[in-house]
Amino acid sequence: MDFATLIQILDSTLRLATPLLLACLAGLFSERAGIFDIGLEGKMLMAAMASGAVAALTGSVWLGLGAGIVASMLLAALHGVASITFRGNQLISGVALNFLASGITVLVAQRLFGQGGRTPPLDGAARFQHLTLPFADAVRDVPILGPIYADLLSGHTILTYIALLAVPATAWVLYRTRFGLRLRAVGENPAAVDTAGISVVGLRYAAVAITGILCGLAGAYMATALQAGFGREMTAGRGYIALAALIFAKWRPWGALWATLLFGFFQALALRPDVVEGVAGVKVPVSLLDALPYILTVLVLAGFVGKAIPPRAGGEPYVKER
Amino acid sequence: MDKLPGWADVVLVPLISLLCAAILSALVILAIGQDPVEALNVMVTGALGSPYGWGYTLYYATSFIFTGLAVTIAFHASLFNIGGEGQAQLGGLGVALVCLALPWPHWTVALLAASLGAALFGAAWAAIPAYLQARRGSHIVITTIMFNYIASALIVFMLVDVLRPVGQMDPATARFPPGTNLPTLDQIPGFSLIFTRTVPANVTFLVALAACVLVWALLWRTRLGYEIRAFGRSEPAARYAGINPFRIIMITMLLSGALAGLMSINNVMGESERLVQNSTEGAGFIGIAVALMGRNHPFGVLLAALLFGFLYQGGAELGLWTSIPIELRIVVQGLVILFTGALDQMVRMFLGWLFRFRSPKAA
Repeated sequence: MDFATLIQILDSTLRLATPLLLACLAGLFSERAGIFDIGLEGKMLMAAMASGAVAALTGSVWLGLGAGIVASMLLAALHGVASITFRGNQLISGVALNFLASGITVLVAQRLFGQGGRTPPLDGAARFQHLTLPFADAVRDVPILGPIYADLLSGHTILTYIALLAVPATAWVLYRTRFGLRLRAVGENPAAVDTAGISVVGLRYAAVAITGILCGLAGAYMATALQAGFGREMTAGRGYIALAALIFAKWRPWGALWATLLFGFFQALALRPDVVEGVAGVKVPVSLLDALPYILTVLVLAGFVGKAIPPRAGGEPYVKER
Repeated sequence: MDKLPGWADVVLVPLISLLCAAILSALVILAIGQDPVEALNVMVTGALGSPYGWGYTLYYATSFIFTGLAVTIAFHASLFNIGGEGQAQLGGLGVALVCLALPWPHWTVALLAASLGAALFGAAWAAIPAYLQARRGSHIVITTIMFNYIASALIVFMLVDVLRPVGQMDPATARFPPGTNLPTLDQIPGFSLIFTRTVPANVTFLVALAACVLVWALLWRTRLGYEIRAFGRSEPAARYAGINPFRIIMITMLLSGALAGLMSINNVMGESERLVQNSTEGAGFIGIAVALMGRNHPFGVLLAALLFGFLYQGGAELGLWTSIPIELRIVVQGLVILFTGALDQMVRMFLGWLFRFRSPKAA
């Protein structure tokens, strides 16, 4: 494997890690506030369909993005009602929303476009365009650093850069703001937060709303940047892989970045049978490559996580004392 | 909040949850510009209006009983097995390997052997996530989901590269030998009076009924069942009482995987008579809805499986005769899980309010 191939693989790593990173940060806000969210997958799928459909109808990718965020937030609100207000089982609620999204997306896309549950292919202004970072062309010929800057870091859509910037932003909100302190507290010891006169329910809804926005970005990225349009089940388990990454990251923002880059790398490898065969020295069946990201996810969860301690109040509905 | 009377909790809560799911489904049908009354009509006629329709409804219900029991038994140990889909697919592989291995003389022998194969493969597929949960603390929900994706890739590999007969184009195994063909309900004396045309429902339905009884006996009439339920209620208490968590997690998940795998004798051996891609068609996931709707009791699972059998057959009829996509089934499935599993507290609050409203008059 030469340097150019490595740059190519890392480039697609970054491309494939973007939705994982956004979804992982989404899960981070929710779970840090004590709300488990298995439904990242469904929210992404819903957002992908909504953004793909609206972008196709209006020709504007930004309207598509807005629609994606709204759709994702609707599901997040439903999850909030079930798990915060009515103190239901958060895992089951998440699973239910995933099925709901899986069915509804096909029904709506079929009703709107009649193309077997897909949205029409997007191009031009209906898709996020690749941005060229400043001086990318000028420095391309510099050895090593030139290709890293010009081919690896430059040339992604704006959502990738938003996702990368969301990491320090999340870290800042979580560790440097009053809201972040309260959010973390509500995931560890909601009774203490309640005693301090701060609304547990309000904070948790706020966290779930942020989850909705970030999943909306992740889903919109799937349909309008990574692919050109929505296809049924296009998220293909990414919401669950993001959850695995969140555990691997031990619920920390910078950890989320590295974990999702690792899982993105696995997905990038699965797309390059030639490289895998070159390194492994044997012919690898396509289906093994398809399964590779999932197998590696299990391996990472099984062997390398170490002690991952989830937020203490995670998954438990808060019952105010009366 | 007042406690609801027992019968209301057992009967009314699921019924009202179901009603809510049905109303929302009707709204979804309206929203995509179709007529919900006509849709219901097509579903009832297609699934329940003739013995032929019933044959399909019972066929689907058979699969859902197995996967519903699989989820139920795991739920009793507080484990959420979302991997029924993958375990059932692997069960199908087990069935195929057994059926193709020997020229089986009679279907009874073949059924016994294939059931063993299905249960073994299903259990094996559940074993790894179970071990990882028990020993390494990996979250079983995430590992079983990953194993669903890995299972479907594995099946594709087996069908394309290993089991496909030479010269055949589509990725599937060869047809099973005639000695493995299970009698369908129209060939069984007694049932044949009702079912006059060939239906896919087969003798596996009776196996599924037996499985319901066995699971009930296991959970409520044996020491192991008691340990499983005690562990599910409170792990620290179970540990204190000398129950080994590792053993309970492993046994429960192996049983769960075996039950999920067993559904394959219905669809792979009883119906398609060869293993094809995605043979389970989501039945593993339906098990979640069936278990929740059936309140984690084998008898409830049986009723819920019949309901979902109706929904599945009816949904297929919708796909045939109307322009409502077949995916409506997944929407209804999601709604049922949402209302019975996550919003049950809302239904209880509402009922509690109703009962409080009524009781002063009675007093």
